Formats: sequence, structure tokens, C-alpha cells
Amino acid sequence: MQIAIASGKGGTGKTTVATNLAYVASRGGHHVAYLDCDVEEPNGHIFLNPQITDRRPVASPVPQVDAAKCTLCGKCGEICRFSAIVRVGKKVLVYPELCHGCGGCSLVCPADAIREAPREIGVLEIGSAGPIEFAQGVLHIGQPMSPPVIRAVKAMAPRSELTVIDAPPGTSCPVIEAVSRADFVILVTEPTPFGFHDLKLAVEMVRILHLPFGVVINRAGLDGADVRSYCTAQRIPVLAEIPDDRRLAEAYSRGQMAAVALPEYEAAFTRLWKSVEQARGGVQ
Amino acid sequence: MKELVVLSGKGGTGKTSLVASFAALAGDAVLADCDVDAADLHLVVEPKIIRRSRFSGGSRARVMSGHCIACGKCDEVCRFDAVFYDGPGNGRVAKTFRVDPIACEGCGVCAWFCAEGAIEFAPADNGVWFVSETRFGPMVHAKLGIAEENSGKLVSLVRAEAKKVAEARKLDLVIIDGSPGIGCPVIASIAGADLVLVVTEPTLSGLHDLGRVAELTKHFGIQTLVCVNKWDLNAELAAEVEGRARQLGVETVGRICYDQAMTEAQINRQALVEYANAGAAADVKEVWSGVSDRLSKLGPFAIL
Repeated sequence: MQIAIASGKGGTGKTTVATNLAYVASRGGHHVAYLDCDVEEPNGHIFLNPQITDRRPVASPVPQVDAAKCTLCGKCGEICRFSAIVRVGKKVLVYPELCHGCGGCSLVCPADAIREAPREIGVLEIGSAGPIEFAQGVLHIGQPMSPPVIRAVKAMAPRSELTVIDAPPGTSCPVIEAVSRADFVILVTEPTPFGFHDLKLAVEMVRILHLPFGVVINRAGLDGADVRSYCTAQRIPVLAEIPDDRRLAEAYSRGQMAAVALPEYEAAFTRLWKSVEQARGGVQ
Repeated sequence: MKELVVLSGKGGTGKTSLVASFAALAGDAVLADCDVDAADLHLVVEPKIIRRSRFSGGSRARVMSGHCIACGKCDEVCRFDAVFYDGPGNGRVAKTFRVDPIACEGCGVCAWFCAEGAIEFAPADNGVWFVSETRFGPMVHAKLGIAEENSGKLVSLVRAEAKKVAEARKLDLVIIDGSPGIGCPVIASIAGADLVLVVTEPTLSGLHDLGRVAELTKHFGIQTLVCVNKWDLNAELAAEVEGRARQLGVETVGRICYDQAMTEAQINRQALVEYANAGAAADVKEVWSGVSDRLSKLGPFAIL
């Protein structure tokens, strides 16, 4: 079973839920994998302290033009929707950062002058944190496109009973890449105007993707938005409420998982895991 | 005219709350909400929309099933796993190919190579953007469609329109609320900007993410300041974050204490500096005076 943790708004507690869930499920005897798909700012490693045993470059294909073969017909520039390749006078210029790697230019080139070469945009790191299998993607600084790195992390997913996917914030392409094909999505929110507003966007997103989902309310007790009534009206299961507890924020600041630093939270996250199983109808 | 971009790397450190207060303190600035896929600034500054426009950042493929002969060329050329062999049948074939609009990257390669001309490749409706008035001044903001692509293009558009508004009104400053992360929308929000303020927090995650976002601004050669929000949550780490910033050549422009008023202000739809005077509100004023001081020293023709 693959469970993705997403949120809309950043900083609501995705990584807290993802790491603690992986930890308690693993303690409960399940074979667990944790995949950090927030490749722009991966933070799960801070809490899980994995031993990284393998590093692999993640590359995206970009065109290389053989000037000797090129007839300057300009077809490559015509097919490219991203202005990543363009004929200027007697030259064909390539802008690798704009290239989406669709391969259209090399397919369309009548002179067979375009070859694709891999260009490194990030790195995939694989290892384990005790019994938890661990993988994370790290996008290189200055690279705009994270989806290929996210795809690489998901492709690496070890076979396990439970795979926890830590998704990036937002509702656009990187998030879609991270949560697509998950068996269940946990949306983490907080009862503030910002948290509530972005939760509604995230709900729209998982509904468009037809993914089953539930909500975790973090910092519960703040009365800035009636997330519970909204969930009831929308028939969305509230899987857990995590109190607005300064000790949690302090443990987080030190890079400690709540379930490790504060024993009562091991029980709380175990209950969350049970309610996910219930909402899912058990591990498959 | 100058552009100040507020970023964080890690989400939820207080970017939008700070931008709302800066708007109140600056008085005469144009606001640009460039966190286009989870925009929240409007919840506090309550803009009155004056102009609304559609945004199309690219095109999307659609198989016209009546014309499809199920040759499978589209599936063969698509690199994004967006083509499925489960479309409705027609007089000639029992099943046709179908493009999943969410998986579609908008490259148009399938439409180009379809010998039957059965794939329509038309501009997609990716979102909407607004020019508005707020109690603090004009604002340009947007809403990227859910599950849409091209957030970077929409960010560039919002920035360009905010500059136009500033020029037309002879205003000197555009304050940009950025998105979390370091990818496409963030790059679009900072390229060519004058100053970046990174809002971080005294956590190991905040420390880690500050490093990445500071390297990004360095990569693009943009002057960068940092402030630590909720510094007293972990004073030791706050000092460590500031030390790390120094190593990265980033000046610390202030600390903001942990204060429930920050959340209360948001709940009351107010900027923190409207809601309170002491505590974090006083700290935010300090930060703003440091930021505006730096802005004034940048000179009007930074590019020259």
C-alpha cells in the first residue's frame, strides 16, 4: 500500500506525519519504505537519520545538435513548445533549463542531426533507517523542473507492505507527480484561515485525481477555522487531530520525531495508522 | 522601482504574514502574490478585484475519438505516460486512444505525428489572474487551476503585471510573496529581482532549507537577507541559523519572537502590525526597517 502525505499549504506537518507514521508502522512489525518526494526541500532525513548506501544521478534528456548534419530547416524549433531549441540565423541554440525532455525535436529532425544526451538535474539517494527503507530525491540548485526527480524516487520504491510518500506543498505538477497512483492520500492541515483555504484546494486536487483520502488536523485547538465541520459536511474522514503542543514544535526543531521524543505520541500516531488502515480497509 | 521577494525554502515559516505586515508598513507598494498554487495573501489583505483575466500557459492534447484509427503512434511518441488505449470506439475501431489531461505535459508531439490529424492541440485554460485594490495599495494575484502546469509562467506574468501597475502609478516598490521550495515558481519569482528576504525558523529543517534557498539566490546573483521567525522556540538553533547565514554571505536582518498574535491576526484577517503593537509585531517592524534600509541603499539603477 502506498500512502502519500500532502497538504496544499507548506509547513502544516507533512514530514511530521510521514516520518512518525513510517516509524510506528515499522515498530508495529510492518515492512515500511519512506520516500521523500519533496525534492526541492527534502527534510525527512533529518528525522529518520538514514544510512545512505547508494547515490545515483537523475538526468533529463536534452538535445545535442550535430552542426555537420544540420540543414538549418528549423523543424526542431517548430515542434518545441517550450522554446528550448530554436534556429537563429545559421545556428541552432539549445536552452537546457527550458527543455521538458519530450524528444520531439530528435523525432522530427529530417537530417538525423539531433541526439539526446542526459543532463543531470538531481540525485537519488537510497538507504535505510533501521528497518525502514529510505529513498529521497534532491533537486540540484537552480534547476526548475522537479517532476523527473520525483518520478525517479517513485520508480525506486522498494517493494514493501507500506510505502509512505512525503509530497511537496502546493497543488500543481510536482504534487500531482508525487501523489498519483497512491492508494490513499493523507492531507495535513491546520485550523487557521491559510491552512483551511489551502486544504480546500488540496481536496479539489485529490478529487480530480480520484484518490481516496482523509484529513489530519495539526495544531488542533487553534480556533481559526472550522475544519471539522467542513470535513463532516464533505464526508471526509478526520483521521487524527494533533494538538497545538509547544513540546512537539520543540522536538521538531531538534530533528526528533514526536513518537520518539514524547511517548504519548507513539500511541497517537499508532492510532492514526489504525484509522488509515480502517479508512483503507486494511493493508493489501 | 524595486522588487523585494519574500521566500522561505521550507513552507509555513510565515512568508505571507510578513508580507501583509510589510504592505501595511510600506504604505505605497504594489503587492504581488506569486505563490500561485496556494495563494493566501488575499485572505488577509481582502482585495477588491478590478480586472480578471484568463491565463493559458500552454496547450494540451485531446484525441478526437471519431477520427482515431487506433494506430498507436501517439502512445509510441509520448514520453509522459499520458496516452491510454481506453477511448470510446467508432465505426472503424472498437477502442481508441485517449490522452489523460493531467498527465499531459503539453509538448504536442503526439498531435504533430498523428497521421490522421485526430489530435487536437489547443490552448489550455490554466488559471486566472487579477488586478485588485487593497487597503494597503494595488495588488496583482492569481489562481493556478488545480493540478495545472506552468506555475512558473503564471508567476512571471503576475510579476510583470505588478511592475506595470507600479510604473503606471509611479510607485517605487513591488513586494512579492513567493512560494516554498526552490523550483520553477521560485526561480520565476526571483530572476532579476532586487532583493530577497528569506524567512526561516530555528529548526533543523529550517536550517537545511535556508542553505538551499540561499544557494539559489546566490546562483542568480540576488542580494539576500534572512530573518528568523519564532526564534525563541529554540534559541540555540536560531543562533546556528544566523551563523550559517553568515557563512553563506547572507545578512541577518532581525528575529521575530514566537507569538500567538501572529495566528490571531490571521484569524482576524489583519496584518500583524495592525492587530498588535508589542511582541512579534514590534519585531516585524524592526525587520521591515532593516529591509527598507537595504532597499534604499540599492540605488535606482541596480542593473546598470
